[in-house]
Amino acid sequence: MTSLPSSSEVEQAASVSSRDGRRRSHPLLRYIGIRFGISILLLWGVTVVTFVLANLVPANPAAAALGDKAASDPKIVAAFNAQHGFDKPVVVQYFIYLGNLLHGDLGNSTQTHNPVSQDLAVAFPATIELALFAIIFSIIIGIGLGMLAALRHNRLSDQIIRVFSLIGISIPTFWLAVAFFFVFFYLLGWAPGTGRLSPADTPPPHVTGMYTVDALLAGQWATFGDALSHLVLPGAVLTLFTVGLLVRFTRSGVLDVLSQDYVKAARAKGLPARTVVFRYILRGSLLPILTIVGLAFGSLLSGTVLTEQVFNWGGIGQYAYKAATTLDLPAIMGVGLIVGVVYIGINFAIDVIYGFIDPRVRVQ
Amino acid sequence: MTGLSIRGLTLSIGDKRGATPILRGIDLEIPAGRVTGLAGESGSGKTMTGLAVCGLQPAGSQVGGVVELHSDRVQVPNLLSLRSSALNRVRGREVAMVFQDPTASLHPMISIGGQLTDHMRFHLGLSRRDARARAVDLLQRVHVPHAADALDRYPHQFSGGQLQRVAIASAIACDPGVLIADEPTTALDVTVQAGVLRLLRELCDDLELAVLLVTHDLGVMSAVADTIAVMHRGEIVEHGDRYQVITEPRSEYTRSLIESLPDTPPPGAAFVPDDADADQEGATDAR
Amino acid sequence: MSSETAVSDTLGTKTPAWKRRRRPLLPRAWRRPMAIVGVVIVLAWLVIAIFAPLIAPYNPLAQSFTPLQAPNAAHWFGTDVLGRDELSRVLYGSRISLPLSLVLVVCSMLIGSVLGAIAGYFGRVVDEVIMRIADLVFAFPTIILAMIVAASLGPSLLNAVIALLLVSWPNYARVTRSLVLGARQQEYVVAGRLMGAGVFRSLGRDVAPNVVAPIFVLATLDFGNAILLLSGLSFLGLGAVPPTPEWGAMVSDGVQNFSQWWLATFPGIAIFSVVVAFNFIGDALRDALDPRTAEAVSGVSI
Repeated sequence: MTSLPSSSEVEQAASVSSRDGRRRSHPLLRYIGIRFGISILLLWGVTVVTFVLANLVPANPAAAALGDKAASDPKIVAAFNAQHGFDKPVVVQYFIYLGNLLHGDLGNSTQTHNPVSQDLAVAFPATIELALFAIIFSIIIGIGLGMLAALRHNRLSDQIIRVFSLIGISIPTFWLAVAFFFVFFYLLGWAPGTGRLSPADTPPPHVTGMYTVDALLAGQWATFGDALSHLVLPGAVLTLFTVGLLVRFTRSGVLDVLSQDYVKAARAKGLPARTVVFRYILRGSLLPILTIVGLAFGSLLSGTVLTEQVFNWGGIGQYAYKAATTLDLPAIMGVGLIVGVVYIGINFAIDVIYGFIDPRVRVQ
Repeated sequence: MTGLSIRGLTLSIGDKRGATPILRGIDLEIPAGRVTGLAGESGSGKTMTGLAVCGLQPAGSQVGGVVELHSDRVQVPNLLSLRSSALNRVRGREVAMVFQDPTASLHPMISIGGQLTDHMRFHLGLSRRDARARAVDLLQRVHVPHAADALDRYPHQFSGGQLQRVAIASAIACDPGVLIADEPTTALDVTVQAGVLRLLRELCDDLELAVLLVTHDLGVMSAVADTIAVMHRGEIVEHGDRYQVITEPRSEYTRSLIESLPDTPPPGAAFVPDDADADQEGATDAR
Repeated sequence: MSSETAVSDTLGTKTPAWKRRRRPLLPRAWRRPMAIVGVVIVLAWLVIAIFAPLIAPYNPLAQSFTPLQAPNAAHWFGTDVLGRDELSRVLYGSRISLPLSLVLVVCSMLIGSVLGAIAGYFGRVVDEVIMRIADLVFAFPTIILAMIVAASLGPSLLNAVIALLLVSWPNYARVTRSLVLGARQQEYVVAGRLMGAGVFRSLGRDVAPNVVAPIFVLATLDFGNAILLLSGLSFLGLGAVPPTPEWGAMVSDGVQNFSQWWLATFPGIAIFSVVVAFNFIGDALRDALDPRTAEAVSGVSI
């Protein structure tokens, strides 16, 4: 799960760059280049995996899409298969798929009959909006509490934070979503119902596809408030889910740093606690924390599937669920692809930031 | 007398059920201008002595006794009773420390200049520019080549011996009276050890530093220390002149330590204090 | 100079910290209150799972009561939409979740650690192939991948386990690989090979003992995760099929009948209690194994 290059990899990259450094590019550029190449390879791997998963399965997509009655008629099935290219050899299908991909064509959903790319364009911003909302709060709360726990190691506040973070990662997301919905919507009536907007409201003009952002851009304050209030509950569920994880990883990351000699040395220099924490400990913890954020984003995407289902959010998670249960192959491949791209993209971004932060990579 | 005097220093680690004594009453004088060696096997408490003096003992340990500091600038009746802000004004300013492994004790992600200047700016109130100028002088003082360029470089760009010189420069940056060196050569290549030891000796003589040299290596001791204290199980079993401790140990434990050396001729005899080979190796190190 | 090095040898080169700090594993871990709570809960659930027919008041499948009764004296957890006793279903649910999660964790641990050990020990091409496949699995969020696989295979508990197996082995492979890589360079492993130990003998006798404990902790921590994933898939309708009393599926039933809060609440608490218990145990075990936490981190009065 760690997206960070291991230290040996860094050393490798560093030694590689120092070897041909005189003739060739800046070590950082070289490092980013290598990381980019790996990301491209992974992306290609993702297309293979999604394709294989979607095609080498025993289930019969025609039966799933057409229903039992139609599926018993061979003519209809043959027409369906021909229409979606299911009658060609698998390898040929893959290359057709890859060729179409490069043109931005993900095929048509067998369920919604829309181009998958069009469906994803609607669903993707919805999930990103939710995920961003959750990740921002998770990072602030999770990393803050994690650092606090590490700095107060083995004291009461540490123990309390630890127990709560363990509880946080132990609550089933889908159950928490149901419980929140029941309490805050059904019992207390504080939160609005499911969906991204109240039925009476119309979506703001499409710019990013994220309703809160679009509403702000259009200056529609009422819509913004409505979208935000719909965001709060599923966002809180996802945040709670991710905070536990972040706290645990941050805590152990910072504990690692605390046991380093350079922290002891910084204290021996008589630097005030503030300086030791923010200059030495925080800087030393940046790399592990970066890794953790990548991890958290991954778990967040997993969490969205279950949360979106409960809150009828209409994002990637719900789309993936519908596609999977109806064996909508083009949609499944589309979801797999976009999720893979997001994942790889985030990891690449983290690798790049890592390169900028760590002088062992940056400086020759 | 300026320097540090430790009286009845005790330290124990443990919880309510049972504390394990680590130091059982250490008495030690560390006078200015002298290198006081503290020897002993692993677990004898010698490193803990150095850490406790600086208030760096592990969390959850109890410290007792008196550590008195006399310098030109301040008199502190007991370092151990200082509150953290007062302690911070003494640490790094009056009492500095050098650690075992410079690759671990210097922050890998902060430039050499940054690590050399932050405590100077805090303790001495120097501006960034003045602090950097002083840092260049310090690096030259400890014989780090290309001192001005070195400030913008990072620890991974230096060899271990040079890093230890940087760490020593950082330690003497605020002109302290006491320097505690905890196994300063153990993590270094044998070829550069002598150079670093020689530097320590030189600084001790030139700056009138009171140096506490903690090491398990009797060879190191006999090369640079003026007096040697031998620790065993949290107590000082012997303290005396270097030559006397090596050649005519009074305590049984010291005798057994020395007898356990494979070479029968007393190692002290094999060493000339400012020996010529140290010079050579110092040069190799500095390159 | 030779006398110097000799001295340092006789006085004992410093033992690495982790060697000095290692203490007996179990007593220390068991002493923590959180671990005790965890063990008690797990034992309670084990007892329930084994003796469910004796403990449960009714048949979990019998639709013999008034549907949708709120919790009352006869039905402590109420009844569901088909008039089945909710308490009995929750108790019987442990017979589904616990064994299946165990199978899932053990299988993915075996597959993952064997593949990881092979990758780490042999290196080169084998390593590359295995770890790149692991990377690919990591490129997808667990539940999305599992969902697609489970949906393709068709909804059934067995298929859900297979799907989760497919996505959970790489974690073990990665950890095992790095542990084996570390252990392989130890001199006693090299010495063993030089003395003529075969590859598998070396792996089993010299390398494995270093790897087993951390992997065991990972598995304990993963157990809770396995239960969460399995019930998550069932919640989505991709695992247990009716009328199986599976916790995730029961929460899903509760969503259909929203105002009957007891339908979702009790199975949810059941899942939570098992997961939190395993997480408590895993956390304590990891603490006991981790040298960093065994001895307090250098006094930080910040």
